[in-house]
Amino acid sequence: MTAAAPPLRAEAAVIGAGPAGATAAAVLARAGVSTVLIDEAAAPGGRVWRAPPDVLRARAGGPELAEGDALRARVAGAGAQLLAGAVVWSVTELGGRFRIDVMTDGGMTDHGPRVIEARLLLVATGALERVSPFPGWTTPGVIGLAAATILLKSQRMAPGRRLVVAGAGPLLAAVAAGALKAGAEVVAVADLNGAADWARAAPALAGRPALAARGAGWVAAMLRAGVRPGFRTGVRAAHGDMRLEAVELGPVDAEGAPVAGAPTRRVACDALAVGHGLAPATEITRLLRAAHVFDRARGGWLPETDDACRTSAPRLYAAGDGAGVLGAAAALAAGERAAAAMLADLGRGPAPRPAPGASRAARFGAAMGRLSRQRPAATAAIAPGTVVCRCEDVTRAEIDAAFDAGATDLNQLKHFTRCGMGPCQGRVCGDAAAELLALRLAGRGGVDAARRAVGQWTGRAPLRPVPLDALIGAFDYADIPVPDPAPL
Amino acid sequence: MTAPPTYDAVVVGGGVHGCTLALFLARGGMRVALIERGPLCREASGVNAGTLTMQMTRVALIPYALRAHRMWATAREWLGHDVGVVVCDGLSLAFTEREAEILSFRAGKRREAGAPIDLVSPARAKAIEPGLSDHPILAGFCPVDGYASAYLTGLAFRRALVEAGATLFENAEATGVEPCAGGYAVRVADGRAIAGARLALCGGVWLEPMCAWLGVRLPVKVLVNQLAVTERTPPVMRSVVGVASGLLSLKQFANGTTVIGGGWQAVGDRDRGGFALRPEALIGNLRLACHAIPALRGARLARAWAGLEAETADAMPAVGELPGLPEAYVCGGVHSGYTSGPYIARLLAERMLGGEPDLPLFPVERLLAPAPEAAGASPRVPAGADAPEGDPAR
Ligand SMILES: Cc1cc2nc3c(=O)[nH]c(=O)nc-3n(C[C@H](O)[C@H](O)[C@H](O)COP(=O)(O)OP(=O)(O)OC[C@H]3O[C@@H](n4cnc5c(N)ncnc54)[C@H](O)[C@@H]3O)c2cc1C
Repeated sequence: MTAAAPPLRAEAAVIGAGPAGATAAAVLARAGVSTVLIDEAAAPGGRVWRAPPDVLRARAGGPELAEGDALRARVAGAGAQLLAGAVVWSVTELGGRFRIDVMTDGGMTDHGPRVIEARLLLVATGALERVSPFPGWTTPGVIGLAAATILLKSQRMAPGRRLVVAGAGPLLAAVAAGALKAGAEVVAVADLNGAADWARAAPALAGRPALAARGAGWVAAMLRAGVRPGFRTGVRAAHGDMRLEAVELGPVDAEGAPVAGAPTRRVACDALAVGHGLAPATEITRLLRAAHVFDRARGGWLPETDDACRTSAPRLYAAGDGAGVLGAAAALAAGERAAAAMLADLGRGPAPRPAPGASRAARFGAAMGRLSRQRPAATAAIAPGTVVCRCEDVTRAEIDAAFDAGATDLNQLKHFTRCGMGPCQGRVCGDAAAELLALRLAGRGGVDAARRAVGQWTGRAPLRPVPLDALIGAFDYADIPVPDPAPL
Repeated sequence: MTAPPTYDAVVVGGGVHGCTLALFLARGGMRVALIERGPLCREASGVNAGTLTMQMTRVALIPYALRAHRMWATAREWLGHDVGVVVCDGLSLAFTEREAEILSFRAGKRREAGAPIDLVSPARAKAIEPGLSDHPILAGFCPVDGYASAYLTGLAFRRALVEAGATLFENAEATGVEPCAGGYAVRVADGRAIAGARLALCGGVWLEPMCAWLGVRLPVKVLVNQLAVTERTPPVMRSVVGVASGLLSLKQFANGTTVIGGGWQAVGDRDRGGFALRPEALIGNLRLACHAIPALRGARLARAWAGLEAETADAMPAVGELPGLPEAYVCGGVHSGYTSGPYIARLLAERMLGGEPDLPLFPVERLLAPAPEAAGASPRVPAGADAPEGDPAR
């Protein structure tokens, strides 16, 4: 029998090494708190400051590389123990300690299951991309905007040669500009927002000149290449059987609903990068049964936190986009605040000062959040035959039928239709499915009140599918701790 | 003069017991209200492994389970809606000499009680289940086995209850019961009182607090059973597979997913449900599963969860009238209650409708603890309800 690696014990564990988590881990470690920082990726940086592979560093450059390198240096210098390439599949809390089960793929030496135990846990798992379903969205060649940015950042590779970029939020311009730089042709950019929507965000953008300038740079790159963004435009359908061949675009109204009867445009392409905003990744805070609130502008459901990042569950903290999508700069500040609270709660630091009102970073993030919020009218327009849950092939019509059969909450919908029961655990379809139920349920309180009633998926392990073979390893039958037999 | 109760019967708790009971009462002509705190069948009855097996059923319940198995197999006829029932062969495996001894004894007792279980060689077992490993040294084979998709239970019963004219109060938590003129009034969290001439408490593990509303102490132990399901894979097995000790239940569904259970314990309680897994128990359960069906090693674990199962002091059902409280009944505490539940709850419906059930109910006097002031004494358990003598596993 292979000896399992002994548990790694620490005072604090941090899951997620993006701006929030890596900052907090560095502060904690500097203050002498034994800290383990865990991430799926090979190095800290998160999605926004993802480290490029060494061979591509020379060509990478840019402010994001510098910011990422600064964060990586800070973690390395502080003495936090980094567990990279580690996928967290279970988190439990028993007897005053968190137990974190991970599967490592990183080093050749410690491949396999690993256990980390810690008194305090900070969840800084960032955001997930939301895609509002449309006919053909599961066609190969359609990818998320966030996935496209990862390809661009880590591989300097565009998702296709003739690319359509669609959806909402700042990632649109980032992906379009990045794809152009990587040598792709960007054949259309479809933005759910209009010029007026962007104008409304302008004051908050002006508060963060560096970021606004970066965005302006992306737009300038697009314009130089002759790519004009189509405002208030949405994807009606993706066409193609085995591969994507074309995307159909059409005008939408201020609420994101397709304008009925308006002419649509068919654009030939081999890739579509599409995303409709980011949602906090709440798998772990849900698993640990922390209280959550629904806040559409900050991405939807998020763990309830005080201004020092404490959740409702003892010794459990949440910071960064995972606690409400506000972007990288706000996440850095949240990481500092979380670490201060954790130090105070360990009796190793002063009580954290109350956060000053919303910072410029937070106002910037909130403005971006409003631009990429989930839009009920867009969801309402999903056609009956469109697949909503791609793992289990559940259509909108089946969700409506489940409502008619009496399903009024999200977990009941899961039982009635298998929606959300597949390998992605409802990460992809959850927001759309919940919104569809809420639209049917909505009374005078409106859709948001109905979203609260519909609820979220119950958190379940494994947080990511785990290969049984790796999980159970080699064993002797005699060593299986079989409990006492049931009575006869 | 007060008005008579609105309903002929009020059933509290919408699991498989409460739903079946309400359905047959309504079909028997009664005006029935079913009160459920959440949606129907979302506790034990919606999250269980769905195994419909004799080889994990308590010996004394075999006659009930055989009849219940027939009900599940014909669910489309009496329930009218699909719960994905598949009838197939079942195997219970022994890997060691000691397990073979336990298996022989237990299969023998179950056979005496009417379950058609034969002991078969490893070669025969492998012919029945080609997915088996070479590890078993003996197997119990029962052609009366199978499984349902438990998550469909609520949808199926909900439709049937609506069609039968039962009044459903879902998302309505009952908070107390008072005797009232001509019956019992159940208080619901929103302040309503729902009164019926008859009362049936079907609260699963919450039977204990429900009985306390009426001053009755019926201790119910909470088991926190852990379950896991794999992603879809090509076929790895075609029967229901368990082990002599009862601590494995394994079957692959038509969609390619395999559910792995057997009653390994997670962490939870009545207030919080099954709120945390025990990773080491999960890994133990998965090892046992792969020891039986090696091809499972190639699957990925998709999801694991835990649910609450009720166990009375003698692990035998509590089904019958509450002493001293005419027309107030309880129905629960049934071991492997998903398998046997529909038949046992239907027996109670027959009694409540004034008939004589085909098989005896399970009177609850034996389980009642003294009133709180005399606390400390343990419940009286009659010798007859004990496990058969001579079980090598005990
Ligand atoms: C994980 C797991 C796996 C299992 N696997 C199997 C198996 O493979 N085969 C098998 O035969 N059996 C299995 N069982 C056992 C089986 O599931 C149970 O015996 C059976 O479902 C119990 O049904 P019930 O109606 O008594 O209880 P439940 O289904 O728990 O129903 C009780 C209901 O009462 C409701 N309630 C509680 N309090 C209130 C209140 N105050 N007001 C209103 N409503 C209330 C609850 O919400 C609940 O819906 C398993 C159990 C578990 C937990």
